[in-house]
Amino acid sequence: MSGEFAIEARGLSKHFGAVRAVDRLDLKVPKGQIYGFLGPNGSGKSTTIRMLCGLLLPTEGSATVLDTEIPGDSRALKPRIGYMTQKFSLFGDMTIFENLRFIAEIYSFPSPDRASRIDELLQQYNLGPQRDQLAATLSGGQKQRVALACAVLHRPELLLLDEPTSAVDPQSRRDFWAGLFELANAGTTILVSTHYMDEAERCHRLAILDHGVKVADGTPDDLQKNTGMHIVEVLADDPYRAQAALSTISRIASVTQLGIRLRVLISTTVDDPLRLVDRALRAQDMQARVQLMPATLEDVFVAVTMTPQERAA
Amino acid sequence: MMSLTRLMAIVRKEVLQLRRDRLTFGMIVGLPIIQVLLFGYAINTDVRNLKTAVANQANTHLSRQFVAELGQTQVVDIIATVANAAQLKDLLRAGDISIGVVIPHDFDRRVADRSRAAVHLLVDGSDPMILSVATRLRGMPIAFDVARSTTHGKMAAGASAGPIEIRPYYNPERRAPVNIVPGLMGIILTMTMTLFTAVAIVRERERGNLELLINTPVSSAELMIGKVVPYVVIGLVQLALIASVGRLLFDVPIRGSIVDLYLAATAFIAANLGLGLLISTAVKTQFQAMQVTIFYLLPSILLSGFMFPFDGMPRVAQYLGELLPNTHFIRLTRGIMLRDAALVELYPEVVFLIGFALITMTAAALRFSKRLD
Repeated sequence: MSGEFAIEARGLSKHFGAVRAVDRLDLKVPKGQIYGFLGPNGSGKSTTIRMLCGLLLPTEGSATVLDTEIPGDSRALKPRIGYMTQKFSLFGDMTIFENLRFIAEIYSFPSPDRASRIDELLQQYNLGPQRDQLAATLSGGQKQRVALACAVLHRPELLLLDEPTSAVDPQSRRDFWAGLFELANAGTTILVSTHYMDEAERCHRLAILDHGVKVADGTPDDLQKNTGMHIVEVLADDPYRAQAALSTISRIASVTQLGIRLRVLISTTVDDPLRLVDRALRAQDMQARVQLMPATLEDVFVAVTMTPQERAA
Repeated sequence: MMSLTRLMAIVRKEVLQLRRDRLTFGMIVGLPIIQVLLFGYAINTDVRNLKTAVANQANTHLSRQFVAELGQTQVVDIIATVANAAQLKDLLRAGDISIGVVIPHDFDRRVADRSRAAVHLLVDGSDPMILSVATRLRGMPIAFDVARSTTHGKMAAGASAGPIEIRPYYNPERRAPVNIVPGLMGIILTMTMTLFTAVAIVRERERGNLELLINTPVSSAELMIGKVVPYVVIGLVQLALIASVGRLLFDVPIRGSIVDLYLAATAFIAANLGLGLLISTAVKTQFQAMQVTIFYLLPSILLSGFMFPFDGMPRVAQYLGELLPNTHFIRLTRGIMLRDAALVELYPEVVFLIGFALITMTAAALRFSKRLD
């Protein structure tokens, strides 16, 4: 395998009965980057991550993860990856220290350095005061920091994080991401799934998943530039009525209300999107300010997860 | 390859979690003690003082002597004397007595004759225990009588149809706890050992710990053995508790070697832990694990020779019983504790237990997949 990619998936699929949880996924995750998986619940993010670390057997396709072939014997892979599960999976009836010690032993971390490594992590993740507290009694943000500390204890080359921030407050999320960038700067490749747009925006690259299919991938910038949609912002007196009026226009792909503003997505095949919106509102006797805006990641997400009929509108 | 560091990490984790699980910890100590007390006091197969009435229609010297001997056995407690069988039936129906003794007019002649029953016992058959006690009673007093009559030379020596004399070895007082406690060791260990390990892996699955564990370099064998080791120690502690309580309260002896007893118990504990692990890899929830354990516990009580004499069971039940570790362990404990048998004399039972443990543990390790699907 080329030394360039930590993960290379080729047509990776997982079927649960008739459900295609992951459908022919191609993926290239460059080393040393933070790669995001963006998608709603049930889009196949967790299933993909579980296949990549050998927890689930792909129905079709294959992947190369750190020189290890999936499907195959993933034993050699285990010590080289760190995995943080979506649900808190540490032992609630053990203290933070005991959990860390257990992880250190189970990864056969060299015993002379074990204590200092645990101290280092306790300090780094600001867990010193909770050292002897049972894990079950920690707050959401603390639990998540312990889980990350356990996932990185053995200094893995690849870190797989399954919706790590779904249960924590914004401040904890910021701190968490600061930690991820530190790790990435030190050379760790990180694959992180999320359904938060602001988190996806922080990734070096990301893939958007919808119903098991990868609908877009690239850097956040590229994705925002290539939505294939005009983004029109509408500032109307009565946004609710305006939305109702615009929704009936077949050439408008999507209308979303954001406070007093409307965000309107219109295919780039339409030459003058501003006039289209303006005319539609005037027809209903409504005044509004309309202007073209650059796409946000949310717009990208809405655009790429549309059905083909909506998109062609 | 097996790593001692990883194995010990699992063992230490299990012990830590066990120590913090107060209920389970309480069960480990409380269960054996309470069970021995309950079984020791409540299950009383040596029935005494059954309420009895007598209708002595013969009223001869011999018949009065018979009634007196009957009372002295202490099995029956003669609370009334009535005129005829009809009155006995009334008392039986009312539940006032359990046994009615009818001594016919020609009692003396019947004793000599032996072709006809000398005494009729009217028994409340609704309680099988009473019935079986009465059945035992049937031969004994008359046998006694015949013997005495013979020595007195009054009766013909035609009583050569020798009465069955029962002379119990090993438990001459026929005290139930002496038989119950060695058997109870098997029941309690079956219950706790199988249950604890049956929930062990499925609990981690339910709590989500398993997803973390199987992503670490820990191997199936390390995980299985690491989970089992603490329970072997716990099982042996339970054994000591049961033996001590049995000794202190019920005077149950350990005639054989204690080392033999512990060796036998270790093999038996391993067998149950293996089965528990196998259950744990097969079920989806802790609740299912408990159901399966109970399903296994019932035959271990009923078919192992603990409740009913093994040789008296139907052939099919015996075949099934032979498959249960508890059957073999009860033979071992009764042998070692009551008959002063050495472990080597009982080696087939030990071989079965070790084989059972090896097969179930291997099957569990093979079944346990380090994947989620």
